[in-house]
Amino acid sequence: MAHEFLIEAHGLSRRYGSHIAANDISLSLRKGEILGLLGPNGAGKSTTMKMLAGVLAPSAGTVMINGVSLADDPKRAKQSLGYLPELPPVYPELSVDEYLRYCASLHGLRRSERAAALRRAKQSCGLSEVSRRLIGNLSKGYQQRVGIAQAIIHRPAVVILDEPTVGLDPIQILEIRRLIKALGQEHGVILSSHILPEIQAVCARVMIIHRGRLVYAEPLATAGSEGFRTIIAGFLRMPAFDVLLSVPGVGEIETLAGNQVRITVNNAGDDPRAAIADAAAAHGWGLIELHAERRTLEEIFVELSTGDAHALQEAA
Amino acid sequence: MAIVLTIARTEARRIFVSPLAWTVLAVLQSILGVVFLLLILDYAQNPRGPESSVGLSDYIGGGLYSFATLVLLLVMPLLTMRLFAEERKNGSLTLLLASPVSLIEIVLGKFLGLFAFIAATILLLAAMPLMLLVGSNLDLGRIAAGLLGLSLMMMALGAAGLYVSTLTREPTIAAVASFGLLLMLWLMQVLSSQPGWIGKLLGYLAMVGHFENLRRGIFSSVDIVYYLLFTVLFLWLAVLQLDSERN
Repeated sequence: MAHEFLIEAHGLSRRYGSHIAANDISLSLRKGEILGLLGPNGAGKSTTMKMLAGVLAPSAGTVMINGVSLADDPKRAKQSLGYLPELPPVYPELSVDEYLRYCASLHGLRRSERAAALRRAKQSCGLSEVSRRLIGNLSKGYQQRVGIAQAIIHRPAVVILDEPTVGLDPIQILEIRRLIKALGQEHGVILSSHILPEIQAVCARVMIIHRGRLVYAEPLATAGSEGFRTIIAGFLRMPAFDVLLSVPGVGEIETLAGNQVRITVNNAGDDPRAAIADAAAAHGWGLIELHAERRTLEEIFVELSTGDAHALQEAA
Repeated sequence: MAIVLTIARTEARRIFVSPLAWTVLAVLQSILGVVFLLLILDYAQNPRGPESSVGLSDYIGGGLYSFATLVLLLVMPLLTMRLFAEERKNGSLTLLLASPVSLIEIVLGKFLGLFAFIAATILLLAAMPLMLLVGSNLDLGRIAAGLLGLSLMMMALGAAGLYVSTLTREPTIAAVASFGLLLMLWLMQVLSSQPGWIGKLLGYLAMVGHFENLRRGIFSSVDIVYYLLFTVLFLWLAVLQLDSERN
């Protein structure tokens, strides 16, 4: 069944009494896409993911999984879902094999398919050596891997991972990232994290949630390119400021170390870079460096989660 | 339906790989073994003639089973507390909730898994009186009626405990609360001696009364239906509770 969007969520809200954990969140996920949900602790990431996974009913809003409504036909919708909650949902008294076989049959895998699915999931998550051990005796990192294996064993169209790398050591984190990237080629993946580099390392698109609201949603590639306000220029010979100021679009100039200047543009959207290059050529300043100062995801994240989110949202 | 059996199988396995079930069975067997022995000694010391209305099956089987109900009342909450409360506490309940499985299937699966434990208890309880077959003439019908009554009663106790288990995330609270609920249902029997319709109503609602008939070898469909209704009611309440939790 081919649908353009694997997940389509509209206006998801969730209230606990008077507390609003998630407010009017809409998102969509295409096949072959990895979407990162970023936000400080308690921002509403887990609540949003629970609603997407059908574990929590939204107070308002709808979720379509692979074209099937999660509210109207939960069984069919959930067949295309793999979900790893914050706490890996494992049974400590079962062995890894027993547990994963159970998960496979819960998701309706036939007996004949189970062995192959089990082998593949264990291989993907590096669990082959611990197959026969009891989950309760495994380390936190291994339990987390069992949780991920559980979410992908039935090859769902959508994989939802809530903080998948918590409790893992650096090498395991790299392995899991590689696994997530591989998953992202065939499936759609949503993962949450409060760790920025993680999102930057694997996600194609990022959404920042703050106080239950979606405050930022952009492809990662463009996270830096939109709306720069400052330009860094380096010259061999320092130009006269009044000449530089007369270049259209140039607002203020601040000298930096090593013959560099930071130029603030007059209005957001102005791009005086070409004009500066022309002026440099005309006056023989010896231009050696010229680039827009880009806002990194980190700056955006810190700004959004410390500053007034609403004002920023309106400005964006 | 196949998924219910899948869940039941895993639940039963989880019950029996945990030391709790074995400990419970061992303690149960020791206590009931002592009671059984005392009953035999008592019967041997006060032999009743063939004209007596209380036979061996009645005296020993019946006596053992009526004592067993009391012990089971204490034991069932310990097993039912795991079903939902403990799973909720360690987060594993999400596995079932996120799977393409309906709440009814989850509840039925867990209940059937619990039934494996009930069956094991019944086997142990059947073995003791049946040993007497070697040297005596047992009324197998009576023993069977008693065992049927016990299984029905355990089902009812289990269903009530399962429901209470859905209400909380603390296994100990689930155990204490279901124990309280079961004991209340038990005590209704005492109040049923009150005159008038209240006494009659309470007597009808009380759990023990219905067991009493079966223990005495009276197979009446009213008692069977009582236990089945009781079980279905609490399983249904559990489904409703789980559903309201999602919302």
